[in-house]
Amino acid sequence: MKQRKTFTWKIGGEAGQGQQVAGLILGRTCLSSNLFSFIYSEYPSRLRGGLVTNQVSISSEPVDAISKKIDFLFALSQPALDSCKKDLNNNALVFYDSNKVKEIDKSLKKIKFIPLSLRDLAKENNINAFMLNSLILGISSVLFDFDIKLLKGEIRGFLGENNKSEDLIKSNERAIQIGYEYACKKLNLKSLFDIKSKLKSSKRIILTGNEAVAQGSVFSKCGFYSAYPMTPASSILHILAKQAKKNKMVVNHSEDEIAAINMAIGASWAGKRSMTGTSGGGFALMSEGLNLSAMSEAPLVIVNSQRPGPATGMATWTEQGDLQYLAKVGYGDFPRIILAPADAEESFYFTVLAFNLADIYQMPVFLLLDKYISESHKVISDFNLKNLKINRGKILTQEQLSKIKDYKRYSFSKDGVSPRSLPGQKNGIFLANGNEHDEYGFSIDGFSSDLRKKQMEKRHAKLNNISKDLPKPKLFGPSNTSLTLVGWGSVKGPVLEAMKELNNVNYIHIPAPFPLDKNSLLELLKNTKKTIVIENNYKGQLADLMQEVLPLRFKQRFNKYNGQQFFPEEIIELVKKEF
Amino acid sequence: MTKQNNYITSNKSSWCPGCSNFSIRAALIRAFSELNLKPHEISMVFDIGCAGNSCVLYNVYGFHGLHGRTVPLAVGAKLANNKLTVIGIAGDGGAYGEGLNHLVEAARSDYNITLIVSNNKLYSLTTGQASPTSERGTKTKSTPEGVNKTGLNPLLIALSAGAGFVARGYADEVEHLSGIFKKAINHKGFSLIDVLQPCITLDKKNTREWYQQRIYQLDDKWPVEDRNKAIIKVQEWGDKIPIGIFF
Repeated sequence: MKQRKTFTWKIGGEAGQGQQVAGLILGRTCLSSNLFSFIYSEYPSRLRGGLVTNQVSISSEPVDAISKKIDFLFALSQPALDSCKKDLNNNALVFYDSNKVKEIDKSLKKIKFIPLSLRDLAKENNINAFMLNSLILGISSVLFDFDIKLLKGEIRGFLGENNKSEDLIKSNERAIQIGYEYACKKLNLKSLFDIKSKLKSSKRIILTGNEAVAQGSVFSKCGFYSAYPMTPASSILHILAKQAKKNKMVVNHSEDEIAAINMAIGASWAGKRSMTGTSGGGFALMSEGLNLSAMSEAPLVIVNSQRPGPATGMATWTEQGDLQYLAKVGYGDFPRIILAPADAEESFYFTVLAFNLADIYQMPVFLLLDKYISESHKVISDFNLKNLKINRGKILTQEQLSKIKDYKRYSFSKDGVSPRSLPGQKNGIFLANGNEHDEYGFSIDGFSSDLRKKQMEKRHAKLNNISKDLPKPKLFGPSNTSLTLVGWGSVKGPVLEAMKELNNVNYIHIPAPFPLDKNSLLELLKNTKKTIVIENNYKGQLADLMQEVLPLRFKQRFNKYNGQQFFPEEIIELVKKEF
Repeated sequence: MTKQNNYITSNKSSWCPGCSNFSIRAALIRAFSELNLKPHEISMVFDIGCAGNSCVLYNVYGFHGLHGRTVPLAVGAKLANNKLTVIGIAGDGGAYGEGLNHLVEAARSDYNITLIVSNNKLYSLTTGQASPTSERGTKTKSTPEGVNKTGLNPLLIALSAGAGFVARGYADEVEHLSGIFKKAINHKGFSLIDVLQPCITLDKKNTREWYQQRIYQLDDKWPVEDRNKAIIKVQEWGDKIPIGIFF
């Protein structure tokens, strides 16, 4: 068995105690210390109270997923300790707020419990109660042997980005210093783990999936984003709204999701690259507009960040439950593309690809994320922009249009994609139409078997060429193993993290779950001995989709649908059972 | 001045012979011509229903969208390219029923588009059901005992939501209507023109004659900058029905 050298720090308390900021600062300090980190937060749908946790997995090697087992826990409330207890590593260190946590489980013998009277420590040093998280960061810096200057630099950077005053920044830096000194002198803490970085230069960044989608859309010169807030997609709206002027992007918080998608389609028709974003419940309202995008052949990028459904489901938790829905939703038959990035890195590149595909094929393209991808921070290599190109597909220039005698927007081209003109251009007038239409776009009045048939075939002809432009299914690990895992989206991270400890197992990742690339999949699957399809949903939605198009059955499935993503430890356990 | 013929296609209309929607189209292309707008600079968004079926009749950039979604589709186009003259064409079902939320949002946001609503107080293309503007008691296929709801006053809604240009026209008063359209198109902000448009096939009560006996034009001195006065005036309905620019 190989060993992973990843350490996991976790903080839990009530909403409003600053756990998220603490975790983010810790993760960012890892980046500036040339370490890798992965940050994830779990929280209820409320602004105060409840149980909010933030968890950071840290290593000198790339971290692909958040680990379940905790090495360092800061419990700021009794529920925080109670809920995290079962996930403590054998030799974990547990710091608990002795003013809030009254019951310690004595049966956990190897675990060291350290009481912290944060209230008193703050009072003695004249620190504001909302800076307890900075005290904790100071204490934590000792555990990881962080350079305290780097830590202070990160808190300064973060608060500065959020337009906080110099006074507040200084007070937080002071709180970090006091926490650090308290840990060294009073608690006699020392760094217990060797996770010194071997890296020097840092061409790495830390960001969430949603931040990556936003950056990808800016890079792609997206000119229009409209959305209605819905967790876990909302932060895309927040980020793009904040930067709208700088990016010359129209960003609109619309009255509902129906308006959001129709506005985006209108903007697309008028010539802007446009995008909308939501979660499953919001997309339910957009499904009507999806049909219009398809019928009018208006390019459109739709972000769906999944959370557990049905209905309002679990607003702040995660699941991969919308794949079948997006693949099949719609009245009538029409093509669409679903790209499913696995992490922040893919979220960026797939966003750039999604805009290109939408323009090239003049059809709706989904970016299918989930709460785990959207909101987890990951240290990744900085984006390589060198080979990225913007391809707007068949848009006619004024010069080209002027030479056309009888312009037909929906002409029966061989590849199904007809050249577009844009409102405002001379000689390009046409009717975009949600009704079935002729080559000019005029509604078919009465029955016209031939026109209807030809337009259906034209729209579907786009699928003939599509697989060459989609990211291919990919095999990770050795080629000949007795067990092959199969997955998509956020399953990839936990599986790759688990494989750092496993032998004799490989993994097939499917980055574009619709339409499936049959030939590539068959090629990869033909040498497998035993497969397990791993999905963060109840039924096994990808497995079912694959069974529809491949001459194979996927009987063995490993599904999780409790609102959490997979942990590497669960994958390791699964594989061990198989051997 | 661009000739009126330049704004129309050679397509045939699907309207009933003598439909008052023809008059609305005549008023609109007259406004286009007098404003000297180039056809390729005009973007029209059409709803579903009789009014929206005029999509094939205009020689301009057009988008025949979904029922009730004319406003967001038009707003998206305008926000994406401010140079376009964007006009929405809808009926009372799409604008005031299925899409009322969008109308309110557009009015309060003051997006620079013009929304023209053919208001015949009925769902006509679906063969005559009650619409949000049908008056209490109106017997239709979907309300055989008579509508037991208050008919909406769309102008009152638009005014209370903050719309900057609120007008009512009558379909057959083409010159008057065309004048309203011109001012609405030139208005920088959201404009709503509710056009009373008798359905000559299905409506046996609110007929051409019925309207002609009642409508009268607001006089030139009407204080268009007084929202409160407009709010009172748009509620005048019955023996006398005012048309013109209220606000």
